[in-house]
Amino acid sequence: MSKTSECPECGEALTLEEGTIQGEIMQCPSCGVELEVTSVDPFEVEPAPEEEEDWGE
Amino acid sequence: MKIGLLASRIRVEEKLLIKALDKRGLDYDVIDDRTVSFDLARPHLRYDVVLERCINHSRALYALRILEDWGIPCVNRYTVADVCGNKLLTSSALAKAKIPVPEIRIAFTPESALRAIEELGYPVVLKPGVGSWGRLLSKINDREAAEAILEHKELLGTYHHSIFYVQEYIKKPDRDIRVFVVGDEAIAAIYRTSPHWITNTSRGGASSVCEISPELAELSVRAAQAVGGGVVALDVLEDPDRGLLVNEVNYTMEFRNSVEPTGVDIPGKIVDYAVGVGSGKIPYTPSH
Repeated sequence: MSKTSECPECGEALTLEEGTIQGEIMQCPSCGVELEVTSVDPFEVEPAPEEEEDWGE
Repeated sequence: MKIGLLASRIRVEEKLLIKALDKRGLDYDVIDDRTVSFDLARPHLRYDVVLERCINHSRALYALRILEDWGIPCVNRYTVADVCGNKLLTSSALAKAKIPVPEIRIAFTPESALRAIEELGYPVVLKPGVGSWGRLLSKINDREAAEAILEHKELLGTYHHSIFYVQEYIKKPDRDIRVFVVGDEAIAAIYRTSPHWITNTSRGGASSVCEISPELAELSVRAAQAVGGGVVALDVLEDPDRGLLVNEVNYTMEFRNSVEPTGVDIPGKIVDYAVGVGSGKIPYTPSH
């Protein structure tokens, strides 16, 4: 399985950290964009969804 | 016992909750609100309890209603999400329960809102009924600003921006208090400190531990019960003359910045509460 991926925003090489789970939000260490881990096997990321008006706690 | 964790995305909070579930050896599914669909007439999810962690208020609200109609206990209940997700309903519930709150006026037209603002006196805070993280809050210092903001609000596009929620501006110290209530206990509290009048940690407010006085504990639990109880986080303002005033109540609370300064295992306590509800050890009254 691939444990590396690439930031879709800046192309930075990303490595899957132990304990990461599908759906988790991570930040690209290079450009800071929020990414969603869409798969851990293989490791794949996509830009995280943009904030919507009814988001919150 | 089977637990459903209803979530939109796995943020730090959801990951901590999953860790707490794993630590207790509990059987659970993560239900992604982006992929689930509900057949209303044929209940097809079987859980002893669902812990709701959606990031969208509308999804949380409707999912909770459906799940409760299917007979599944939820943390929090639909009514709690309904009341806490809407500042107008929250304030009305708190006022009904005689909880001390800031002065609030509700108006339905820019003209009546302007009159309400002038009655309260400047500065005031104009808030959207539904919204979080300090979004679209306006501190209005004079009539010219009030007229401009009210005109802009009318043009924002959705009807709920024409429901005007006006609140007096509380001259608080550079902080407010966030109290976490689980069931009938105030389990932890932090100060959120910022030189900006909006102190949300999502907007840069710094968190530090706040000792829970008996007064703060009693007020917080009473306020939590006024909105239906469960797992909630209250924002409390310190008024120089009137003391503690409950500002808002959140039903899908964020706590990533609060575990470390308080030393309280907030996710563990949330999971234990959900297990208590699911097992029937904690009394549960469905919303309908």
